[in-house]
Amino acid sequence: MVENRPWLTFFSHTVLILGVIAVAFPLYVTFVASTLTLEQIMQVPMRLLPGDQLIENYSQVLTGGSTKGSKAAVSHMLVNSLVMALVIPLGKMSISVISAFAFVYFRFRLRMFFFWMIFITLMLPVEVRIIPTFKVIADLGMLNTYAGLTVPLIASATATFLFRQFFMSIPDELAEAARVDGASPMRFFWDVVLPLSKTIMAALFVIQFIYGWNQYLWPLLVTTDESMYTTVIGIKRMMVGSDSANEWNLIMATAILAMLPPALVVMFMQKWFVKGLVETEK
Amino acid sequence: MEKRVVFRSAWLPYFLVAPQIAITVVFFFWPAVQAVWFSFQLQDAFGLKSQFVGMQNFAHLFNDRNYLTSFKTTALFSGLVAFFGIAISLLLATMADRVLRGAMAYKTLLIWPYAVAPAIAGVLWAFLFAPSIGIVTYVLKGWGVDWNWIINGDQAMLLVVIASVWKEISYNFLFFLAGLQSIPKSLIEAAAIDGAGPARRFWTIVFPLLSPTTFFLLVVNIVYAFFDTFGVIDATTQGGPGQATNILVYKVYHDGVKAADLGGSSAQSVILMFIVIALTVVQFRFIERKVEY
Amino acid sequence: MAAVSFRDVRKSYTPELQVIHGVSMDIKDGEFIVILGPSGCGKSTLLRMVAGLETITSGEIAIGDRVVNNLEPKDRDIAMVFQNYALYPHMTVYDNMAYGLRIRGLSKDDISVRVKKAADILELDKYLERRPRELSGGQRQRVAMGRAIVREPQVFLFDEPLSNLDAKLRVQMRAELQALHRRLGTTSLFVTHDQVEAMTLAQRMIVINAGRAEQIGAPLEIYANPATVFVASFIGSPPMNLVPRDGRLLGIRPEHLEPCAASDAMLTIDVDLIEPLGADILVYGHVGDRDSARVAARLPADALAQAGKLALRYDPANVHWFDPKSGLRST
Repeated sequence: MVENRPWLTFFSHTVLILGVIAVAFPLYVTFVASTLTLEQIMQVPMRLLPGDQLIENYSQVLTGGSTKGSKAAVSHMLVNSLVMALVIPLGKMSISVISAFAFVYFRFRLRMFFFWMIFITLMLPVEVRIIPTFKVIADLGMLNTYAGLTVPLIASATATFLFRQFFMSIPDELAEAARVDGASPMRFFWDVVLPLSKTIMAALFVIQFIYGWNQYLWPLLVTTDESMYTTVIGIKRMMVGSDSANEWNLIMATAILAMLPPALVVMFMQKWFVKGLVETEK
Repeated sequence: MEKRVVFRSAWLPYFLVAPQIAITVVFFFWPAVQAVWFSFQLQDAFGLKSQFVGMQNFAHLFNDRNYLTSFKTTALFSGLVAFFGIAISLLLATMADRVLRGAMAYKTLLIWPYAVAPAIAGVLWAFLFAPSIGIVTYVLKGWGVDWNWIINGDQAMLLVVIASVWKEISYNFLFFLAGLQSIPKSLIEAAAIDGAGPARRFWTIVFPLLSPTTFFLLVVNIVYAFFDTFGVIDATTQGGPGQATNILVYKVYHDGVKAADLGGSSAQSVILMFIVIALTVVQFRFIERKVEY
Repeated sequence: MAAVSFRDVRKSYTPELQVIHGVSMDIKDGEFIVILGPSGCGKSTLLRMVAGLETITSGEIAIGDRVVNNLEPKDRDIAMVFQNYALYPHMTVYDNMAYGLRIRGLSKDDISVRVKKAADILELDKYLERRPRELSGGQRQRVAMGRAIVREPQVFLFDEPLSNLDAKLRVQMRAELQALHRRLGTTSLFVTHDQVEAMTLAQRMIVINAGRAEQIGAPLEIYANPATVFVASFIGSPPMNLVPRDGRLLGIRPEHLEPCAASDAMLTIDVDLIEPLGADILVYGHVGDRDSARVAARLPADALAQAGKLALRYDPANVHWFDPKSGLRST
C-alpha cells in the first residue's frame, strides 16, 4: 500500500465481501435446499435456514436416487465419478511422462512428426468431433464401460508439454552423471527423473482430478446404462422438468455430493492447485 | 532448445511414445478425419445409405437461418461471458491485491467455484432463478421484474451467462492476482511519488502491465464460452427457448445426437475445428510474444 | 589404475566444424594431467570424449590396454566430477555416493564400507544423511569427489571442478586434491582455464588452443620454454612480452627485465601504468607507437619507476625467439 486511505481499504473489503457472498450464495442455498422437504422448497419464498431433512435426503439419494427421475443410487455414481477422476489423471500422467521423456532424452526418426501429432490434438477437443468419436467408441464396443469413459480422455498435449518443459530444465550434467554411474535410460527415468517430477505431478493431478470428476459431455455420450452414470450426469437425469416438477431437495443433495470432492481438493491442496493451473497454461 | 545429452536406443523411444500416439490416432485423428468425410456425405434417415454430396452440407448450413443465428448467439454469449468474467475478476483481484489483511482468506473463498462442474453450476443457478420457486425470482418479482427464462429468450441468455461467469471468475481471479503480484512495488511507488492517485495508477501503470494476462484470459475465456459451457446449457436451457441460447457446440450435439443429422452435424464440426485452430494460433502467437517480453 | 593414450584424436560436429584437430598424448599410470586452455578451446570436449559423453570422430582413446572409443561411459571404468557437481538433488549424500555402486550390483555391506571410507577421507561423515541443497558449495564439491572416489575407477576425470567455488575455498580444495592424489595415486585428467590451478596441480599439462595441443610438458618446463606464441602469451601473469625485432618475435618474461642506464638500454618503453604490489612493482608500457608491442616489467620494490621513458635490459640467455608466421619457437 502506497498511501493510507482508510475509505479505500474499506471499499476494497466491501467489494471482496460482496464477491465472496455472490460466489458463496448459490452454494449456501443449495445446501439449505438439500436439508428441506420438497414442500418447504415449494413455499415461495423458500426458507433460508437449514431444515431437518439432511439425513433423509442424503440417504435417499445415496441409496435410491430420485423418485421421479433417475432412480440410480448416487453412491454408485460417486464411485463412477471417482473412477473417472482417478483413472484420467493417472493415465494421462503415465502416458505423457513417458512420451515427454522420449521426446527430450532421445533422438529418433519421426520424433518431430510425433510431437506435432500430439500438438495438434490441442485443436481437436471432444466437442468438435462428437459424432465420429462416439462412433469409434461404439465400434470398439466401449459404450457403457469404464474404458470408454476414460481412455479417450487421457491423451493430452498439455501434460506432455508440461513434462517436456520440466525435463528441459533438468541440468544435462545430471543425465551425464547418471550415465557415468552406469544407469540405463529407464533406470535414470525411475531413479532421477520421476522423483524430481513429484511436485509437478502433484499439481497436475489436482487439476486433472477436477477435470475428470467434472466431465459432462463425454459420459453423456458414451453412457446410457444407469449403472455407468457419473454424479454430474445423474443430476441431469434427475431433472425431469425445469421448475416445480423437480424434486429439488434430492437434486440439491446430489449437487452437494457432486461438488464436495473437487471442492475439498481445491481447498486443501490449494498450493498444488494454483501451481497446476498456472503451470499448465504456460 | 535441445538437450545436449541423449540416450541411444533403436526401439525404446518408439515404445515410450506408442501409448500416447495410439490413443491420439484412434480417438483424435481417426474421428477428425471421419468428421471431414461425413461432412461431404448425405445419409438417409436410417443411416443405411450415404452418398457423396461435396460441399452441399456446408452450403446448406450457410443458408440455414438457424445456423447463422447460432453464430450470432455464440458471439454474443462468449462476448458477454468473457467481458463480465474478466471485468469482475479483475476488480476482485485488484481489491485482494490492495488489502493486506485477509487476502489469503479471500483467495480461498473465491477460488472454489473452479471445482464445480459447469453442468452443476447451471443447475444451481437454474434453481435460484426458477420461474415459480426460485429465490432470486421472488426478489425480482418484488422489484416488479417479471422473470421467466423458460419463455423469455433474453432472460435465458442472461441465466446461462451468469452461471458461466460465476464458474469462470475463480480461474480469472487467480491469474489476475498472480499478474498483479508480479508487478514490482517500486513502479507503483514511483507513480505515487509522481503524484498519481490510486485510480490513475491503476489505469496508467497497472492495467497496461497486466495486458498480457488480460489478453491471455480473453482467449481462454472465449474458448471456455465456446466449448466448456456445454454443460451449463444442457443442464438449463438446452438451447431454448426457441434458438435463444443455442450456441454452436450445443447445436452440433443437438443436430448430431438428437436429430441424427450426420452430414449436417459433421459439417458443423468441421467449421468448429477451424475456429479452434484459429483460436489456438492466436493463443500461440501470443505466447511467442510473451516470451519476448 | 591405468595409463591413458590419445592417438590422433579428432572431433567434428559437421564436416566443416572440427573442434579437436588431432591430439596425441600418452598419460602414464597414476599421473595427474591438467588440460589447460581458454574457454571454447575444446578442452572439455576432449575430457568428455574420454568419459564417453562425446563420440570420437576419428583416432583412438585407450584406457589401460583397451580402446574405449565404442564403450559406454559405464564400461570405461572412469569417474567424473562435473563443474556444477551434478548431484542428484533428491538423494542424500550417502545415496548420491552409493548410486553408482548400487547399479553395479555391489552388496549393501560393500557399499557401506566404501562410502564410509570416502566420507572419512573427505570429512563428510557428519553430512551423510543431508540433501545437496543443505550443504555449502565446498561440501557439495566434496560429495561430487566422493561419488568419484567410491567407484575406485582407473581414471578420474575433473571438468573445472573448482570454478564454482570462491577464491579462498579454491585454494583449500586445490591442496586437498593434491593430497588426495598422493594418497590414492589414481590417474587423473583435470580440465581448467585457470593457469594457477594448472601450474600447482599438474605433474604434466597439456595446453590446448582452438582444438590443437600447443604444448605438452611439466608446468615449469612449459613456463621456461613455451613452444609457441600462444603458450608464451597464455601462461604467466603478466604473460611473456613479445616484441617484434628483425622480422622475428622476441619473447622475454616481465621478471627478466631490469632497469638500467639509458646508454645500456636493450629495450626502452614509454610507461603507461605503474602498479606497486608491495613485493615488487609492475610497470606497463609500450615500445614505439602506442599501437605497437605492449611490454610489462616486474621490477624490485625499491626500483624508481616514474612516467616517461624507462630503459630496460635483460640477460640474452632468457630470451625466446618465435617465428611470427607459424607462431612456433625458432631457436
